[in-house]
Amino acid sequence: MASDTDRRNLPPLELYVPEPKFRPGDDADFSSIVIPAAGETRRPDIADDHRDMPDLSYDLVRVLDDDGKATGPWDPKLDADTLRKMLRAMALTRAFDGRMFRAQRQGKTSFYMKCTGEEAVAIAATFALDRDDMCFPSYRQQGILIARDWSLVDMMNQVYSNKKDRLMGRQLPIMYSTKQGGFFSISGNLATQFPQAVGWAMASAAKGDTRIAATWTGEGSSAEGDFHSACIFASVYRAPVIMNVVNNQWAISSFSGFAGGDETTFAARAVGYGLAGLRVDGNDALAVYAATQWAAERARTNNGPTLIEHFTYRAEGHSTSDDPEQYRSANEAADWPLGDPIARLKNHLIAIGEWDEERQAKMDEEVATQVKTAQKQAEKNGILGHGLHQPLETMFEQVFEEMPWHLEEQMQEMLDENDAANGVCKTR
Amino acid sequence: MSKAKENNSGTTQRNMIQAINSAMDVAMERDDNVCVFGEDVGYYGGVFRATAGLQEKYGKTRSFDTPINECGIIGVAVGMAAYGMRPVAEIQFADYIYPGLDQLVSEAARLRYRSAGEFTAPLTIRTPFGGGIFGGQTHSQSPESIFTHISGVKTVIPSTPYDAKGLLIAAIEDPDPVVFFEPKRIYNGPFDGHYDTPVMPWSKHPASEVPDGHYVIPLGKANVLREGSAVTMLCYGTMVHVTAAAVEELGIDAEVIDLRTLLPLDMETIEASVKKTGRCVIVHEATRTSGFGAELSALVQERCFYHLEAPIQRVTGYDTPYPHSLEWAYFPGPVRLRLAIERVMEDVSGNV
Repeated sequence: MASDTDRRNLPPLELYVPEPKFRPGDDADFSSIVIPAAGETRRPDIADDHRDMPDLSYDLVRVLDDDGKATGPWDPKLDADTLRKMLRAMALTRAFDGRMFRAQRQGKTSFYMKCTGEEAVAIAATFALDRDDMCFPSYRQQGILIARDWSLVDMMNQVYSNKKDRLMGRQLPIMYSTKQGGFFSISGNLATQFPQAVGWAMASAAKGDTRIAATWTGEGSSAEGDFHSACIFASVYRAPVIMNVVNNQWAISSFSGFAGGDETTFAARAVGYGLAGLRVDGNDALAVYAATQWAAERARTNNGPTLIEHFTYRAEGHSTSDDPEQYRSANEAADWPLGDPIARLKNHLIAIGEWDEERQAKMDEEVATQVKTAQKQAEKNGILGHGLHQPLETMFEQVFEEMPWHLEEQMQEMLDENDAANGVCKTR
Repeated sequence: MSKAKENNSGTTQRNMIQAINSAMDVAMERDDNVCVFGEDVGYYGGVFRATAGLQEKYGKTRSFDTPINECGIIGVAVGMAAYGMRPVAEIQFADYIYPGLDQLVSEAARLRYRSAGEFTAPLTIRTPFGGGIFGGQTHSQSPESIFTHISGVKTVIPSTPYDAKGLLIAAIEDPDPVVFFEPKRIYNGPFDGHYDTPVMPWSKHPASEVPDGHYVIPLGKANVLREGSAVTMLCYGTMVHVTAAAVEELGIDAEVIDLRTLLPLDMETIEASVKKTGRCVIVHEATRTSGFGAELSALVQERCFYHLEAPIQRVTGYDTPYPHSLEWAYFPGPVRLRLAIERVMEDVSGNV
């Protein structure tokens, strides 16, 4: 044990606080990011022991090369129709985001969050899952609903909190929920869905079901305790679940280093918990598809859970409430070395002779029209704060299945208050 | 962050955010044990800009970003405080504080007691709370009564820039853990409850003249905002302004008391007032059942029973999650206040 006298000769400790490489005004240069060539990463058998694949937590599964060719053992060899469907879902999601973001700016709703640059993460994964597999998304996987052909009008009704909103105007915009869509109710609290997905998967296994669960969280939110709770339960019970960490580099203003990303990969957490781990190029729709398909097969054959890190980039702000120019370099999004997921899938389709610029332009026009038409229809049901909301009584419904007396009483108080506000006289 | 307007008498016109920022600035300047941290707190200066400029001025070891982990934020604050520092941690929204509750309830709040005073946790947790900003159920809650229910934590809620600065400095200098709730609806201006009228900026309110230097408003001292004889109105945070406006609109001679600190509570001021007026209305935005109003009502009843002329009234949010689109039907606004005041002013025979 060092005495006080000895200690005087020791160098002073220093508190280390990580810092991103680039801030506003800097010219972001991503040349130091190690990006293995497409097709290089090995693909283990789905029944292989997770102990034999720690390298996959540090590598990067990539299928699409710079020329738009699909290559290597992870190539899912999808037919052109499926690829075109995937491309359209991604384009539709981007058009939807653009329109709803503008609607917020026009004061039609309170809040919006885009998933620009990350469309592949939700959409390609959804294509690789079965329609009845259960998704526990974060707030940036609207692509799941679009990939499952969910009604845009229905989604917009939620964004507008209007009288046709299936969630009765109760939730913030984009916090969708649909059991029929296999899309669990989004929480504003972070990473809470992670252990819930594990629990759903455990139930599915306990009941001898065949459906699996998939969940998503941002790399920033993977710092939450809930993420770690999910990992330990998934590992202990070998739950049939796919746990996706969407590493889009930024959690509002905090770069991934504040979630531990400077010290190791997010996929590498799998190693410590005894899970299969994959690190995937999140802007490569084919790689996302292939990794999800691999993990899904693994889960479905009782070979346990997989943690997938999708290495991607949040091309826009966190939400309508922040300005990324305040905290990150302006050229980051444009210079992201893994490109744009839509452009890459499009180039692939062109490279294999199944697509061209003309068809792309036509598709872009079609999805824009589709979104515009849906928006008109949704706005007939109202926009936030303009009267066309749910009946007031709905505020008190579904707090419990049966309304207790105190809520009955409070509901009456609210109605009386509303009458009083509107000058309705009550006999005492 | 817009620049606060300085004048030559040692005070500067500040909104609530600027006042809170100034409190931390002054505290950090005076004591290098004071450090601030939380999600987006360092470089960006907080999502509401409350810590803007502090990293630039004091360096990144005294003002820093953290992982998104509230349990870690509060747990680390306990450890730093145990070392002897004065951590001021931000939880981005009060709605996000629950993962950190164990560190606060079981650890910070009991450290002094269980170590017989050997270890203490003089930390401050700042957190924006309350609704009125269309934040939905995860950005609107008022969970203050959870904290007053814990033994060993002080709970403070300012209602003006002047109070916010003085109370926050007092909280930071306090030897015990303090949860400091910031009513985010009034960060940029007082709010009278009329949501459909333009927002009034703080610059038009006298309490936006905030001294530049160090001052404290002692914890546990309420502010009698308006003296009156007809009824005692107990309120805090955003509801202070809503209550004061309702009282003016109704032309009633109410005594309006801004509690400022819920725990320790200024019972002397409350008791003297209710004994004078004989009537009491309690106003808070939080849900009613087991809300802080229940505690206030019990205390008033226990101590002022023989002076009461009418049942104590509570004006509160409803016992539902905070709805998004029906926000203004939920919010305890002018009409709810008027009805409660009418009820409390009824005489025992039931005549108004």
